[in-house]
Formats: sequence, structure tokens, C-alpha cells
Amino acid sequence: MTKRTWLQTGPILAALRRHRMATLLVVLQVALTLAVVSNALFIVATRVVHLSRPSGTDEANIFVIANQWGSGLDVHRVDALMRADLAALRGVVGVHDAFASEAYPLEGGWGVLTQIKTTSEQTTKPRLGIMYFADDHAIDTLGIHLVAGRNFRADEILRSSSVDTAVASVIIVTRSLAGKLFPGANALDRTVWLPDGPVRIIGVLDSLQGPYAGSTTRSIDEDTVLYPARAADLAFGTNYIVRATPGGMDKTIPAAVAALWAQSRQRLIDPDKGVVTLKQARERGYATDRSVALMMGSVSVLLLLATAAGIVGLSSFWVSQRRRQIGVRRALGARRQDILGYFLAENFLIVTGGIVLGALLAYAANLGLLKAFELALMPWYVVPLAAVLLWLLGQVAVLGPARRAAATAPVEAIRQR
Amino acid sequence: MFGYYLGLALRSFRGSRVLTALIIVLMGVGVATCMVAWSVFRVTAADPLPGRSATLFVPQVDNFGPTRTNQGEPPNLLSHADAMALWHARGHTPTTLLYPVSFVHDPDDGTGQPSGLDGDAVTRDFFAMFGAPFAQGHVWSQADDEDGAALVVISDRLNRRLFGGDNSIGRSMNLDGHAFRVVGVLGPWQPWPRFYDVASTGTAFIAPGDIYLPLRKAIALAKRSLTGYCSAVAADPNIPDFNAWVHSECVWIGAWVQLRDAADVARYRQFLVAYATTQQQMGRFAWEPNIRLTGLNAWLASQRVIPKATNLSMMVALSFLLIAMVNVVGLMLARFMRRSTEIGVRRALGASRAAIYRQFGTEAVAIGMAGALLGMGLTWLGIRGVHLVFEPTIAAWAHMDLPLMLGTVVLAVGATFLAALYPTWRAAQVQPAWQIKTDD
Repeated sequence: MTKRTWLQTGPILAALRRHRMATLLVVLQVALTLAVVSNALFIVATRVVHLSRPSGTDEANIFVIANQWGSGLDVHRVDALMRADLAALRGVVGVHDAFASEAYPLEGGWGVLTQIKTTSEQTTKPRLGIMYFADDHAIDTLGIHLVAGRNFRADEILRSSSVDTAVASVIIVTRSLAGKLFPGANALDRTVWLPDGPVRIIGVLDSLQGPYAGSTTRSIDEDTVLYPARAADLAFGTNYIVRATPGGMDKTIPAAVAALWAQSRQRLIDPDKGVVTLKQARERGYATDRSVALMMGSVSVLLLLATAAGIVGLSSFWVSQRRRQIGVRRALGARRQDILGYFLAENFLIVTGGIVLGALLAYAANLGLLKAFELALMPWYVVPLAAVLLWLLGQVAVLGPARRAAATAPVEAIRQR
Repeated sequence: MFGYYLGLALRSFRGSRVLTALIIVLMGVGVATCMVAWSVFRVTAADPLPGRSATLFVPQVDNFGPTRTNQGEPPNLLSHADAMALWHARGHTPTTLLYPVSFVHDPDDGTGQPSGLDGDAVTRDFFAMFGAPFAQGHVWSQADDEDGAALVVISDRLNRRLFGGDNSIGRSMNLDGHAFRVVGVLGPWQPWPRFYDVASTGTAFIAPGDIYLPLRKAIALAKRSLTGYCSAVAADPNIPDFNAWVHSECVWIGAWVQLRDAADVARYRQFLVAYATTQQQMGRFAWEPNIRLTGLNAWLASQRVIPKATNLSMMVALSFLLIAMVNVVGLMLARFMRRSTEIGVRRALGASRAAIYRQFGTEAVAIGMAGALLGMGLTWLGIRGVHLVFEPTIAAWAHMDLPLMLGTVVLAVGATFLAALYPTWRAAQVQPAWQIKTDD
């Protein structure tokens, strides 16, 4: 818009004073839209970032068999069954590798939260990490990679249960956790203290996500610990995590389940929900994220459309009301682009008013949502971004009516209808 | 006269097609968004037992003490000692103790694979208090309750699955390796949300279980609840010895009582206080009696059963409708003021202000009706697509019914009428003479 356009600001304001209510309505509408859309888009962005994080594993080829134990078993029997089950699973055609754990990536819960200190006397708040029970096959099964150190040895895997007191002496951690425990230093072969006692870090993983999908553990999603144990848990059973050879999952799943049943009948595998692929787990774990993103996204689009429609409607009305005045201006020498500029500038002023009011509303709404829905504080650039969107939207919406106004012939000034 | 206004309204729709269509679409979409959000909200906020819920209460007794409770609130469940004490002292007050259990069912013939069966260990008042109907057989006796007999009541769903829907009273079921005799089969029973053991399960949006057995039998079999927590800071439901667990101050049994009226409630509250006082005098509680007696719906609210996503969607939908209404006010204003000439002429020909109010009021209602029709269609579509946005277990219960349709009409017409108030007032202010003098 040229300087000539801006000189019209005075007359525009004078004209708007004659349409106080209509102007106020557009201002209000733009303000409310800005408040809702900036918060909604912020929610969408956080959710999309959250749900598109990689788990770090070979997701496409991994499935999980949720196995519960039959009645009348004891810890020793369950441990023997688990060893035999794992041997049987690893022998199934199409199975690349398998291990047993209490939780699995993308599951949505159940991981064991553990506290980690870097010295035995540390009095400051310990770091938090999420543990997976693992054995020497875990890294191969998950398709994750060591960036330093070594894998567990078979003789380092212990039995964990309500009757066992042995604790591990070695663990493997992710690079993220290693960096938080020993910022800027090498974590390999360092000793850290779990609640049960000291352990040595023998390996550092490239990356591995914890099992939680919710928002409360977001800051430690990548702070994962592999703990060398087989958990013989009578009440909750175990998860057999199985990696199939690429492309063979459909055939491998029934074969793996059949192998377990052939091995022993003292178990429960739910025929409907007993087997979960990580792909399904991802869909399930992030269902809420996806639905909130979808809901907020569609509401934002609808709102922007509604606001645009409202601006089109009202500006058309104003244009039709002012045909005579426009004709007079044209007859007195105003060019078409002056008229066009007039309406664009008018819209810009009104939308700006809405944006000023809306920015206040947007931050107020953000503060309200902060408490109720565990939402983070909106970064400063969200509202300006939404404001630019609304300015553009307003200009596009008013373009049609403004061009019709600009097309008004000077003769309209004297035409009687 | 009303017919004339309607005619005028229809004529004006033709006159400003785009504006009218815009208003109808805005109202339709705004109202439909609200109704879809509400259809989900009412599922999560539903009263599980209409007509009966006002008489059902959850008693709580604080056995943790002020330093271990959460902000002074007694635990949600009872310890075995307190649960049994309330049960033995129940007198004529219907009292249910319960906890959710999971059993392994192994078919006797050894053919089928063992499967897991979920349900609750309950005392016999459970069925009468919560209106669970018996299709076959009946509830076990008082004596069976006391002795913990090996009896089981099963759901109609399980009866169909295991016994093909036959009369299965007296048949035997192998649960965790123990023989149980079927004494009853429930008819269709779907309390929603599943309120009775929500304090243990943590989620109320699941179907009821398939098996119900005497609570004392489950305890005799050392059957643990799915959840339970202890007053120690490190909650440890895995106290290895079941007997120690039963006699601990850990809480794991849910309790419900049925109280007829306010006097009954007051009496029971006194009883709870007296009980806690006795425990204090005996030295078990080192604190003043701290008890609660909470009605069913208040209990569901305190358990935060309603998912946050449903609340959020309701708020989003309402703000969307509000913005749509602001929009409609502007568009209505444009529609009405465009017809200043027409109004001026009508006024000059003798139409009173009241007549103008009636004319434009009629028009607003007509537009609102059109918005309601569109809104109903969109609501229907939205409910069919609701599973895309909400958890499937909840979405499955969202449906369109008469209250929802009436709600759509009332909301659409009401909102449009409200939005038309100011534009109508402006229209009625149009001066007859001034309008005739000018040409637009």
C-alpha cells in the first residue's frame, strides 16, 4: 500500500465511526478468533511434535506378546518357563530375536521409574530414568545401537522377583541420560547409584524411548536404562518382545504364539489383545494426541473460514451502501486503486484493532489452559504468527468486495435507483 | 399476520442469497460442533444408575492419619479390618464390599486354551443395590457370604460364550484351578460409567466384568486386588505374604451403602464417627475421627472420571459457537440494514415498530430453523465420525436421540434469535420519512 493509501486513514476512521456496531463486531470476532486459533495451533504443534518422535527402535518389525501366568505357579517355575519360552521363540522361523521385559516402547505406561545419583552421598535431587528389564538379546531385538561400550553378557542377567534380593552391577543407558548424568564428560565405565546400590555403566545407546506416551514424563522420554534382569512376576506376567525378519511379521506372529502354547499351557494370552505390533502401539499410545491435534486443527480451520466469511459479508454490505460516495470520489478524480486501497486499508485497521484485543485474550486463555490442561507457556512468536495469518486472511477476504467497489463507475454518483 | 411475515422472510432470502446462506452455514456448523461435543460429554458425565444413584454412598475411614493422607482426605478404599467392621455392623443397611479380580479359567475338558476372566469379588448386596437383574438363578445366601462358598454369578455374555446361552445353573467352572458352581446368570446389565470399582480400576469407561464371586471366597483363595495401596510412603502392594497383606493397614476393598433418606444418611454418618472414635480409643488411630460419606455422582466427580479431552472439546465447541454468533450479528445487521428502504416504506405505510420487531423476529427464527436443520445433519455426521477424535470406548456410546435433536433445534433457534436482537432493534429504529427522501 502506498503513502497515498495511508493518507486515507483519517477519512476511514471517520467513516467507521458511522458504523460503530458493525466495526466493533468485526474487531471482536477477529479478537476471539486470534485468541482461540493461537492457542489451538500451539496445542496442535506440541501434540504433533510429541507424536512424531521416533522410538529409536525397528518399529516396523517388532511385535509384543503379552503373556500372563496360569494359576498355581511359583517364581522358580515361572523363571524356568521364561527361559524355555525365550529359547522357543528364538527358534521360530521368521523370528530375528526376542527378549522379555515388563514394558515396551510406545506402550503407554508400566515402565519402572528409577532414581539415579552420580555419587553415593549426593544430597541434591537425583536424576530420573525409565527402566526396561533386558537381557543380552535386548539390543538386537529392539534394533537399537550402542555408541560406546558393550552389551550385557548372558551371565550378567539376574532373576528379579518378590523372593530375590540380588541386584545388578551393570547397566546400559541412553546417550541422553548419560549426557544429563555427566554433562560434557564420558559416562562409560562410570559408577552411578540406583536406589538398590552402585552400578557401572557398561554401554551407551544411541537412543531409546521410554514406554510412556503421556505428557507427564515428556522431559525424560529419552532417559532410558536397560537393567539386566528377567522379572518373574506372578501377578502381571511378562511381555515377550519379538523382532521378526523384515517383511515376515504376518506369518511370524501366529507361529510365535503357537510356539509358546506348544511350550506350555500354563499361561494366558488374550486371543484378541494378547499380541500388539509396535505400529498398533504407536497408534494407540498417541490416540489422544492425534485426536486433540485433529480436533484443534479442524476447529481452527473452521474458525478462520467463518471469520473470512464474516468479513466478506460485512464488506460487501459496506461497499453496496457506499456506492454513491464511491461514485462521487471517482468523479472527483480518485483512481480505481485509490478505492481498492481504501477498503484494504480499512480492513487492515479493523483487523489490527482485533489483533491488539485478541493478543491480550490469547495470553489470558493460555494462562487459564496452563493450569487446567498441563499446557506449556506459549512461546512469544505464536501470537504474532497467528496475527500475520489473520492480517493476510482479512486482506484476501476483503479483496473481492474491494475490487467490486473499485469497479464502480463515476456515473454512479448521479444515477437514481 | 405471521404467515405474511414468513412470506416476507422467504422473499428476502431470495434477495440476499449469499448472506442468508452464510448465516445458516455458520449457525449450522456452530451448533453441530456443540452438539457433537455434548453428545460425548454426556457419555462421560452420565449417571450410571438414574433414579437409584441418589441413595448410594461411599463410606471412607481414615486409617492413614494426617501425615500420610493426601491433604487430609481419607483413602478411597478401606483396609480389610475397616471393611469387615462396616459389613458386620450393617444391620438393615444394604452394604456392598468389593474388589476387582482376575481369574484364569481353564476349560474342564482340557481342549480350549485357558483364558482370563475379569470381574469382582463382592458381598451379596451388590446385585440388589446396583440393580443387576438375574436372568437365571439367584444370588448366593447370607450363609454363603459368611462362609465364602465356591459359588459364582456370571454375565449373560460369558454364559453365551461358555455354555451357548443355555440354563447353566449348577454347572461347574474351573477358576484358578478351583471348582466353582454357577448359581446365577445376570441379564443384560450395563451401568455406564462402571462406577462401582472405579477407585480400584482407575477407569470407568470399561464394560462390567464377567464373574462375581463371594468376597470371602476370594480372600480365602488369597486373591489379590488389581490395586491397593499402603500408608507407607513407598506404596508396596507386593507384600509377599497375603495374610500379612490382609492384616495390614493397606487399603484395597471398596465399600458402598444404600441409604434411603437424609435421616438415614445422618444416622450412618454418626455411626462412622462412632466407629472411628472407638478405633481411636482402642489406640489404633492416633487422630480424631476423619470420615467421609459421599454420594455416587459426587464420588464419580471426585475420582476425576471425566477425561480432560472431553472437557477441552466442550470449551472449544462453546467458544466456536460464540464466535459464530458474533459473526452472525454482523451479517444479520448487514442483511437488515440493506433493507432500510423497505423498512422505511413499510413504516410510512403505517407499520408500527412492533410490527417491524415481529417481522424481523420471525425472519430470525426462520433462519434459525434452517440452521437447526443443517445443524442436525452435521451433528449426525459428526457423531458418526466421533471415533476419529475421541477414545473408541467412549465414542462407541455417543449417539443421536430425541433430547439431542431437540437440543439442536433449541440451540440453533435460540442462538440465532439472540444474535438477531440487536440488528432487529436497529431495523426498528429506521425513520419512515428519511428513508423515502433518499434513494438508498
